Amino acid sequence: MATAAITAERESYLNQEYGIKSWLLTTDHKRIALLYLLSITFFFFIGGFFALLIRLELLTPVGDLVQADTYNKLFTMHGQVMIFFFLIPSIPAVLGNFLVPLMIGARDLAFPRINLLSWYLYIIAGILMLHCMLTGGVDTGWTFYTPFSTAFSNTKVIEAGLAIFISGFSSILTGLNFVVTIHRMRAPGMTWDRLPLFIWAHYATSIIQLLGTPVVAVTLVLVVLERAFHLGIFDPTRGGDPLLFQHLFWFYSHPAVYIMILPSMGIVTEIVPCFTRKRIFGYKFVAMSSIGIAVLGFLVWAHHMFVAGISLYAALIFSMLSYLVAVPSAIKVFNWTATMYKGSITFATPMLYAFGFIGLFLMGGLTGLFLSALGIDVHVTDTYFVVAHFHYIMVGGAVMGYLGGMHFWWPKISGRMYPEALGKLAAIIVFLGFNLTFFPQFILGYLGMPRRYWQYPPEFQVLNVLSTAGATILAVGYLLPMVYFLWSMRYGKVAPANPWGASGLEWKTTSPPPTFNFERTPVVDWEAYDYEHIPAPQEVRVGG
Amino acid sequence: MADSPMAVEQHNPALQHHFADMEQQRQASSLGMWLFLATEIMFFGGMFCAYLIYRYWYYPEFAAGSNSLDITLGTVNTAVLICSSLTVVLAVHAAQLGKRQAQVIYLALTLVLGLAFLGVKGIEWTSKFKEHHIPGPSFHFEGAVPGHPDEPVDQRHAQIFFSLYFAMTGMHALHMVIGVGVFSYLLYYAWKGRYTPDYHTPLENSGLYWHFVDIIWIYLFPLLYLIDRKK
Amino acid sequence: MFDTFPLWPARASTTAGSVDALYIFLVALSLLMSMAIFTMILIFAVRFRRRKGVEAEQIEGSTALELTWSIIPLGIFMVIFVWGAVIYFKERTPPRGATEVYVVAKQWMWKLQHEEGQREINELHVPVGRDVKMILTSQDVIHSFYVPAFRIKQDVLPGRYTTLWFHPTRPGTYHLFCAEYCGTQHSGMIGQVVVLEPAQYQAWLSGGGAAGSLASSGQTMFVQLGCSTCHRSDTQGRGPELVGLFGKRVQLEDGRTVVADENYIRESILTPGAKIVSGFKPIMPVFQGLVSEEQLNALVAYVKSLNRSPSGAAGGPVVVQTGTTPQEPKVQ
Repeated sequence: MATAAITAERESYLNQEYGIKSWLLTTDHKRIALLYLLSITFFFFIGGFFALLIRLELLTPVGDLVQADTYNKLFTMHGQVMIFFFLIPSIPAVLGNFLVPLMIGARDLAFPRINLLSWYLYIIAGILMLHCMLTGGVDTGWTFYTPFSTAFSNTKVIEAGLAIFISGFSSILTGLNFVVTIHRMRAPGMTWDRLPLFIWAHYATSIIQLLGTPVVAVTLVLVVLERAFHLGIFDPTRGGDPLLFQHLFWFYSHPAVYIMILPSMGIVTEIVPCFTRKRIFGYKFVAMSSIGIAVLGFLVWAHHMFVAGISLYAALIFSMLSYLVAVPSAIKVFNWTATMYKGSITFATPMLYAFGFIGLFLMGGLTGLFLSALGIDVHVTDTYFVVAHFHYIMVGGAVMGYLGGMHFWWPKISGRMYPEALGKLAAIIVFLGFNLTFFPQFILGYLGMPRRYWQYPPEFQVLNVLSTAGATILAVGYLLPMVYFLWSMRYGKVAPANPWGASGLEWKTTSPPPTFNFERTPVVDWEAYDYEHIPAPQEVRVGG
Repeated sequence: MADSPMAVEQHNPALQHHFADMEQQRQASSLGMWLFLATEIMFFGGMFCAYLIYRYWYYPEFAAGSNSLDITLGTVNTAVLICSSLTVVLAVHAAQLGKRQAQVIYLALTLVLGLAFLGVKGIEWTSKFKEHHIPGPSFHFEGAVPGHPDEPVDQRHAQIFFSLYFAMTGMHALHMVIGVGVFSYLLYYAWKGRYTPDYHTPLENSGLYWHFVDIIWIYLFPLLYLIDRKK
Repeated sequence: MFDTFPLWPARASTTAGSVDALYIFLVALSLLMSMAIFTMILIFAVRFRRRKGVEAEQIEGSTALELTWSIIPLGIFMVIFVWGAVIYFKERTPPRGATEVYVVAKQWMWKLQHEEGQREINELHVPVGRDVKMILTSQDVIHSFYVPAFRIKQDVLPGRYTTLWFHPTRPGTYHLFCAEYCGTQHSGMIGQVVVLEPAQYQAWLSGGGAAGSLASSGQTMFVQLGCSTCHRSDTQGRGPELVGLFGKRVQLEDGRTVVADENYIRESILTPGAKIVSGFKPIMPVFQGLVSEEQLNALVAYVKSLNRSPSGAAGGPVVVQTGTTPQEPKVQ
């Protein structure tokens, strides 16, 4: 069945039905994944546009391109759009949605209608956010710190808060769907230790979405109520405590970083074995490290607050716990590297992105050690050092992984191959552009340039110019894949069922898969990453 | 394993295409509901956490605020909710036995009790409004520090008690309103005879939700009404 | 070379050196770690690239290796943790006898007042070689007091005091930034810290038009607001005696004890009902909204000054040190 002849007319989820209604009312997880793909790409470019304006403003030390208020709105909405409308849904709602049922041999997610509902919630939230941006925007920073957000800002805090509140429900429903699906819908023989590690990563991610998101939801509700009805829970002039807000906010928003990075790690864990033709080194440790990150991730939130006025002893405990969460991340990096040992390695575009991910994530992780060290954090927190650090994790890490995954599974999603040479070129441009944009910011931060500054002392200019130059290169690198993915949908080479010779159930059905994924429910009697028994692809694309 | 959709024998009309059998479908829904309730616990958990912290800081105001609540109405509401949980259980039981009429009666009773709870809550809130206990510019609380009848409490701290009181009971009431909506839906379909001994998962899961909302109140009632009450 | 392309800001405090030492250690460690990983990847990528007739060798994994690369990093991490914690502990523990400067932050300026009474806006003059303790509060949103050259930062919260301290080691002019986003002109809420040689600092002090020390203006207010009618030093008044109070443990009516620090005095002025001292009636009026942050600072400074002057206990007008030499507070 995997070698079934490919014909253009073969029925797939893409051509089974036509018409706008067949898409907007679909309950097929693959079609919903594509709906998500369109919407998050839209928000990615909006957020990217804000980022570009920010970088252009910072080209010169004086505030000359936009007004201070506009600049504050730009970085606020850049953060809110990128985090809540791109990064958090990106991999889970697109690739996870598409692949979780395929990888475990299910016909769909457990709750297809709830899946569609979660997309509609996302769209409602997105429209509200767009409306908020077009009618004045919001300037609190994505963190909504009180009492600025509740009592001082005169922008549309309530609307932005509600938009994020609704998008949170969308995220919760996706996570809930995944957990139930992974528990209850696995094909016969697909035991927990045969699950692809992409699934383990999504399982861990979903747990965070389920347990973390409600807390930020109720926190935002309290902010909205406080702003609308003057409650005073977070307002010091009414006896409230602004630090309580920060605790509640970071209780979700720190684990949220793992919502963004864990799925990306899952992707890399699929790509590396495929292009080294090897079983992943230390399957159990990689799987458990995902769960470890999810659990420990809930215990470190106050490391965002070392200078906020928390007690000395709280700071010591949270600093130590932050180092614990670094261990499972390190385990992953070591295992990816070890997997390459005695492999048979090829360098297709997804593998280049995986290399890029490992490099950038490693640097992001190592600079995390700086920030967890209390003495250094006092100096570099709220500076560009932090900005660089979390972009290395969330853009260098999460987005590299996302793009790697998009290239890896694009043949499965669209049934077409993307142009390999352009793919490699884009991967290299993204990697170089990214480093040029964000590496100078580490130095800027240690030199003391605070974040969220509209204008800055002139001695910081050289590094800012470098950063802006990098951002323009990065923009090209991000536009390029969008162009050739679109191009390939029509002109790309028709993809076989398993172009990479990869393991995993998703490659055992046709490309693109039929509506119910498999002609008959597969029965799994092999281990995960069984590359010993899978022939390498006939068509070798090395050096393409 | 021949379980493509057409091959399933005795196909239950309620079985969705992507499940292998009714058992898998039931287990999936049930797990989904429990996970949803876990998110709800985290949602209320944030407010409980805020309540406990402020109660520790502003004990006199929280005690005075608590004493000002109407314990009779609170107790009545607690009893009403516990009874409604019982009727929900009886409705599920009736569905398991295939008794349509009993199902309808118990669901209707649940609805009545739920609405009664909301009605009593409405009375309580109205009196709070009259007494200017609603946080905002016109907030005024005349309570005294417990044990010191002549010593007025800090208005700002009392306002925080009432902020949390309204946020928590308001969120709980919102959940009750949603529950009433869900149970009206169930009542309609129970009337139509949709829930049978083979298929009554919606009833079971909505029951779980109702019990959860009940349990939240079981925590709210002592925290808000009882804990600081001294004779 | 570092002058044209610096990698760290000027080192102008005792903290700066210890922070930089850990930083340089971490940079070296990171370079080592990333070079090790990158070299391995590079070697594997070349050595094990696909070749005809060579199959990959399937390796299951190795628990011994996994444990090794979990436990060794954890050990290194704990070293970094302890090192960072030691620096932080010092940063957060102001030495006794530090010169005190009160700071009120507001959108978008820093208002500072020295113990000696000098007021400054967006500028802070301090002498080299002396411990300086900042007592910070905000009158609107959260700000953050950040001096990169000292490697110190502390969020400034409305409604309470936070503190930080530093010991300048090198004369010069350094940036003062607001590091917590605070609204439109956040990036304009900057100023400078001028570290002067002691002699220049004396000259600067005497040049300023300060009308008496902060504590003495606090004393004036103490009388004006009527505090002195109950908080008496000659006889047991209706309020607790304040002489020697600062830094002591106070027994409260509800059984708790608290340390009388700046935040306690602040709270006891603004909302006296919050913590009633054992044996006293809650009769003090609330001053919330009646005194400004600056006035409050003066009152706090006055109450603290009562520790330093033995004459306070002897009754009569309280003598307040107005000299420039700070005295060791006699904290129990």
